[in-house]
Amino acid sequence: MSIKGKAYLAGIYEHPTRHAPDKSTAQLHAEVAKGALEDAGLTKADVDGYFCAGDAPGGVMAMVDYLGLKVRHFDSTDTGGCSYLVHLGHAAEAIAAGKCSIALITLAGKPRTGAMPPRGTGAELDFEAAYGATTHNIYGMCAMRHMHEFGTTSEQLAWIKVAASHHAQYNPHAMLRDVVTVEDVINSPMISDPLHRMDCCVVTDGGGALIVTTEAIARSLKKPLVRMIGHGEALKGPRGGKDLNLTYSAGVWSGPRAFEEAGVTPKDIKYASIYDSFTITVLMQLEDLGFCKKGEGGKFVADGNLISGVGKLPFNTDGGGLCSNHPVNRGGMTKIIEAVRQLRGEAHPKVQVPNCDLAIAHGTGGLLGVRHAASTCILERA
Amino acid sequence: MDTKVKYPTPQGNTETRHFWEQAANGKLLIKRCTACGEAHYFPRSLCPFCFSDKTVWEESSGEGEIYTFSLMRKSASGPYAIGYVTLKEGPSLLTNFVDCDTSRLKIGQKVKVVFKSTDGAPLPFFTAV
Repeated sequence: MSIKGKAYLAGIYEHPTRHAPDKSTAQLHAEVAKGALEDAGLTKADVDGYFCAGDAPGGVMAMVDYLGLKVRHFDSTDTGGCSYLVHLGHAAEAIAAGKCSIALITLAGKPRTGAMPPRGTGAELDFEAAYGATTHNIYGMCAMRHMHEFGTTSEQLAWIKVAASHHAQYNPHAMLRDVVTVEDVINSPMISDPLHRMDCCVVTDGGGALIVTTEAIARSLKKPLVRMIGHGEALKGPRGGKDLNLTYSAGVWSGPRAFEEAGVTPKDIKYASIYDSFTITVLMQLEDLGFCKKGEGGKFVADGNLISGVGKLPFNTDGGGLCSNHPVNRGGMTKIIEAVRQLRGEAHPKVQVPNCDLAIAHGTGGLLGVRHAASTCILERA
Repeated sequence: MDTKVKYPTPQGNTETRHFWEQAANGKLLIKRCTACGEAHYFPRSLCPFCFSDKTVWEESSGEGEIYTFSLMRKSASGPYAIGYVTLKEGPSLLTNFVDCDTSRLKIGQKVKVVFKSTDGAPLPFFTAV
């Protein structure tokens, strides 16, 4: 069974806040759920499927009770920042299988206000916890190896931030709206070699939500039709220390699965939402998804190639995680939301891709240089 | 990280206790599967490659080379160098580079294991040779 064309994205909502000290995390989940339902033209009573990840206080049982939902299908898969891209794929499967007809997916949290809950730990804890792995230095290690093997430069990575900043200037909610240059990025303080401060995403409170539904229900609503036509997911880790290779991600497996199901190729994509926890994350994902050859990502992203209206592959036209929003340190949700805006023609006019009828939303979650997941969603305007 | 840093104490469990006991003797152990011949790290009872339970402890030379690294500069306890080392025996492992000039690290550089004390079993780190 394929999910191709079986599930429609009927509602999207990105919380406008970037700092929410006066709201609870559960409250933010409720606010984004309400926003997505209103966007779709549906009510809470219509929801019969619910999806959430580790950011949902108390997990799926507590959230369903808090939100006052009555659902017949649920899924609380947690794969870090790409959880929502995984949920979108799983929601499409559930809808295709008739397990639910209106699925709600929520993300929310407040890392800017206060400390995040600790990550879950596996059998590796004793053997890795002492070494101070953070997102910064783990992604730094990926960048270091990429530079070593392929000659990728800090200037090339900087172009990714430059492109995001060009888009963020038009987003009134973006945390960072100033356009920056390659020089600004490489002159910003070194955080964890070779990544500078401007190679890193923002830390924001906030959240987002999605409504996924059947074709029949989507057609009864007022929004432009956007549907899922392909999904792939994959996991990657060091696997006993034998398979360590930090130059590629699980996207090398999730991407081809999604493209095959959709029956399209990277060349067909008009707009790309690519998870941008760091500049290197984008560069590796573009290679892994086949937008360019492995090792040629640096050349691909340079000279504004990711800037809408300038380059060949407009990406993250909301400013992405690098400039606009990275709620709960989990960027998958906003990737989907901006892709839907582009397909609806609702992106800011300065960054809207003309005739945008095919888009990709892709992300990784966990730690790219250790254990991580990848999920690829291909969406089209129906 | 310097020697003044307090490292977390490994908790250990029945599957890994021997590793930590030998760490106290200055030995870095890996596991090897006698069914498929592959070595792995960190230690599992079942081989992560062929799922055989014929895994045996093996003392590593403690020698290897740097696969990649990053010098983390935003840290309350001062800059520290995280990285992966590929051991002579094959498996790669996550570690920190200590007791050497971390501003001069290079991919491919030869390193060797050093143990640092905790409130329990010592932890393996690596230093330049």
